[in-house]
Amino acid sequence: MLITRSCILSTLRFAIGSLAIVWLTGCVSRPQPLYYWGNYESQQYGYLKGNKSPEEAIQSLENVKEEAKSKGKTIPPGMSAHLGLLYGLTGRSDLFEQNLQAERLQFPESSSYIDFLLKQSNKAK
Amino acid sequence: MKKLFTKPVGLCSLLAISLLLGGCATQKPYDYTAFKESRPASILVLPPVNNSPDINATYSMLSRSTIPLAESGYYVYPVTLVDETFKQNGLTTPADIHSVPIAKLREIFGADAALYINVKQYGTTYAVIASETRVTAEGKLVDLRSGSTLWAGSATASSAEGSNNSGGGLVGLLVRAAIRQIIETVSDQGHTIAAQTSVRLLSAGRPNGILYGPRSPMYQKDGTPPGR
Repeated sequence: MLITRSCILSTLRFAIGSLAIVWLTGCVSRPQPLYYWGNYESQQYGYLKGNKSPEEAIQSLENVKEEAKSKGKTIPPGMSAHLGLLYGLTGRSDLFEQNLQAERLQFPESSSYIDFLLKQSNKAK
Repeated sequence: MKKLFTKPVGLCSLLAISLLLGGCATQKPYDYTAFKESRPASILVLPPVNNSPDINATYSMLSRSTIPLAESGYYVYPVTLVDETFKQNGLTTPADIHSVPIAKLREIFGADAALYINVKQYGTTYAVIASETRVTAEGKLVDLRSGSTLWAGSATASSAEGSNNSGGGLVGLLVRAAIRQIIETVSDQGHTIAAQTSVRLLSAGRPNGILYGPRSPMYQKDGTPPGR
């Protein structure tokens, strides 16, 4: 009887201790988001579905950029490049290139693709 | 007396440890050997192949894929530009895009890995008692340098999850079903549910899910079964 009670107690103590460890190491805890998204996702969906009024979308994403800046947060992967694409549609090739370079600067992983896109647009000129 | 005491305690701690291990990962653990050898930093999401009757499924899932992957620590290629690049090269259907040789994908995008998604179910099933919107998708992550499959999984989400069917009797049920049907068709409910499906399919830190990427503070801290 005594042994059983001590068994239950020690198991319980172990379980509580383990729970604390698991919580501290992040099995349950949720980390903070890495990026400030704004309405970028619905902008992507809208563009893909064919709602292509670039001026409105540009304004909206420039606002997201401003909001991120004022909150001290970073904008997500692909957002600068998408913004560049929208500027390209309005004929602003300077801002197309500028935003593509911003994507590369923030995310060097994009380098080869950005090179490819810039080469393509130079060919089209 | 001493002997009598130590033996059960040993058994107890064994029991406690097995309880702990069982609680965190109940499914058979995924084999992450290839994933850990590859450790991709960037993921190219290809437009998903759609096996559902709803034409919105491809672009809905495509636009929903960036958030979970980027928040898991990966560089995700801008899905809109990627889609345009394929179109400019004459590839207009997801099936065509999924059959592009990996060497070509690597050459153009420079991505470490490509994600192939198949949407199995997308949309609302109408029924008298309860209509349901469900989105089910499968994903496969392929290393573009070696061609090996790093991870594969599937996920589903439904509008009927956690819905309370008690109270109000049959009439209450019917009214709720009718109202839900209207809401679900008018507001592209599939796209709402797709967000949940995508998070379940593509977030790191879930049982048998993808591992965290280099931009996450959790990078290299996961995928090891506890106790090893």
